[in-house]
Amino acid sequence: MDIKSMKYYLYWLYCQFELITCSYLMEPWEKLLFYSFNITMLVMVLYIAYIFVPVHITMAFQFFLHLFGNQHENTVSIVK
Amino acid sequence: TRDGDEMVCNRLYKRPFNEAFEETPMLVAVLTYVGYGVLTLFGYLRDFMRQWKIEKCQNATEREEQKDFVPLYQDFENFYNRNLYMRIRDSWNRPICSVPGAKVDMMERVSHDYNWTFTYTGRVIKDIINMGSYNYLGFAQKAGTCQEAAAKVLSQYGAGVCSTRQEMGNLDKHEELEKLVARFLGVESAMAYGMGFATNSMNIPALVGKGCLILSDELNHASLVLGARLSGATIRIFKHNNMQSLEKLLKDAIVHGQPRTRRPWKKILILVEGIYSMEGSIVRLPEVIALKKKYKSYLYLDEAHSIGALGPTGRGVVEYFGLSPEDVDVMMGTFTKSFGAAGGYIGGKKELIDYLRTYSHSAVYATSLSPPVVEQIITSMKCIMGEDGTNVGKARVQQLAENTRYFRRRLKEMGFIIYGNEDSPVVPLMLYMPAKIGAFGREMLKRNIGVVVVGFPATPIIESRARFCLSAAHTKEMLDTALKEINEVGDLLQLKYSRHRLVPLLDRPFDETTYEETED
Repeated sequence: MDIKSMKYYLYWLYCQFELITCSYLMEPWEKLLFYSFNITMLVMVLYIAYIFVPVHITMAFQFFLHLFGNQHENTVSIVK
Repeated sequence: TRDGDEMVCNRLYKRPFNEAFEETPMLVAVLTYVGYGVLTLFGYLRDFMRQWKIEKCQNATEREEQKDFVPLYQDFENFYNRNLYMRIRDSWNRPICSVPGAKVDMMERVSHDYNWTFTYTGRVIKDIINMGSYNYLGFAQKAGTCQEAAAKVLSQYGAGVCSTRQEMGNLDKHEELEKLVARFLGVESAMAYGMGFATNSMNIPALVGKGCLILSDELNHASLVLGARLSGATIRIFKHNNMQSLEKLLKDAIVHGQPRTRRPWKKILILVEGIYSMEGSIVRLPEVIALKKKYKSYLYLDEAHSIGALGPTGRGVVEYFGLSPEDVDVMMGTFTKSFGAAGGYIGGKKELIDYLRTYSHSAVYATSLSPPVVEQIITSMKCIMGEDGTNVGKARVQQLAENTRYFRRRLKEMGFIIYGNEDSPVVPLMLYMPAKIGAFGREMLKRNIGVVVVGFPATPIIESRARFCLSAAHTKEMLDTALKEINEVGDLLQLKYSRHRLVPLLDRPFDETTYEETED
């Protein structure tokens, strides 16, 4: 029963997306074009996030550590 | 002067004046623009495809020989028409095939090419609850005293008049009607015309001309705007129902006079409507009359939607506020809405109406009212006044008031944004987003309720709405059914935008600081 209400809720969310972006009014080929554009952009954003966000976070973390701590622990550990 | 204004208004208004226009929520406005942006992009794509013959062009274009001339279809209105209006066009111009009473029959139609052409399936959808017709007192009937009287007159006089009022078209029925209208309104004399729109557009040029000033409300009907423009007078617009704006314009007009020559204006005419049908708001008539008297100008009141619908005995907005009809110089109204007929009237002093009988374009050139229509108006008006011996009219007026209060209260409780005055039978429900205009119309028709949805250009582009017109013919069961379906569709389409941050306008004039003060 919970799966059913969950599915209905997801369908309702999809309807709201259709109404807000006006894809409810589009012809099928326009919908295809619009959704493929949207999904492409979304996939690209997720992929870029997957590649770059960890690198950026570690770089930022090291920068703040250097700024506030100014330790030489890093060089020590690398030599080791 | 704030307390002074408040005291003045408490003295002018004998009953509370509750009008509210809830502000558009910011997120909803942003999402509406997003929707319009997407549709605009797709509109450009489709126009490109039509231009380069990738897609068949089904709308009107110029001929090949005219392609080098000034383009006819390049402005925003035509772009909107081709790309946005066409997508949701099935919600309008729906053909009905029965009398538009509380329930109506509609012909079913489908479109196989996305609303460019329609075909009838042959099926008739029966008993659709009619929330769109201007049938305020329920006189749109096919059986009853009005219909019998009209049928009798039809067999006596026929349907056509074949002449204008000034030539051979002045029937004794017209004289009877005009005396009755004058008695109904409480004025000295009245004149009736064949078409409500033409009453405004053809008579305002007869009343004012060059050298006169017209002060017209922002949201006046197209007939008033057309009449004002045809007259050649100077037109100045004041903000909707805003008495400070009107007073400022009146002061400027009196102090500065005409633009170049500084001569005093020959006449100042204020054009207002009783109920504004897109907003559901009622004019602040006591204040307008006080201003009119102070600055010695004239008032033209268009009671198209309020005659029969407001006031304890249905005499319109003048009775609703408890004022005297002698304060309004020109009382105009239509017979289309509350009397179930067609046509318009103008009422006022005898000199004014005698002048209009000679100088109005309508009287000279337009065919007069058809006799069965006149009889319908006479019978329905006598019914409202109680002169036919029953109290059917009074019961209908009270039923309409009850229906109005009940319907508006229930919709507000459900959480929709409803514009307008508590007592107006026109109920605009805000939709905002373009896809929801089409979706609302279609979903309500699936559930057997016929509604009128309105978008650009009749309203500002983001404030599209669904407009319900209540009727005395709606029973409580019909209203409950309609409310249940509206509730369902509201949940399905997520239309319940109201955050209950109503700014209740107290007995105090609206000004810019009213919002800041009562915000929570």
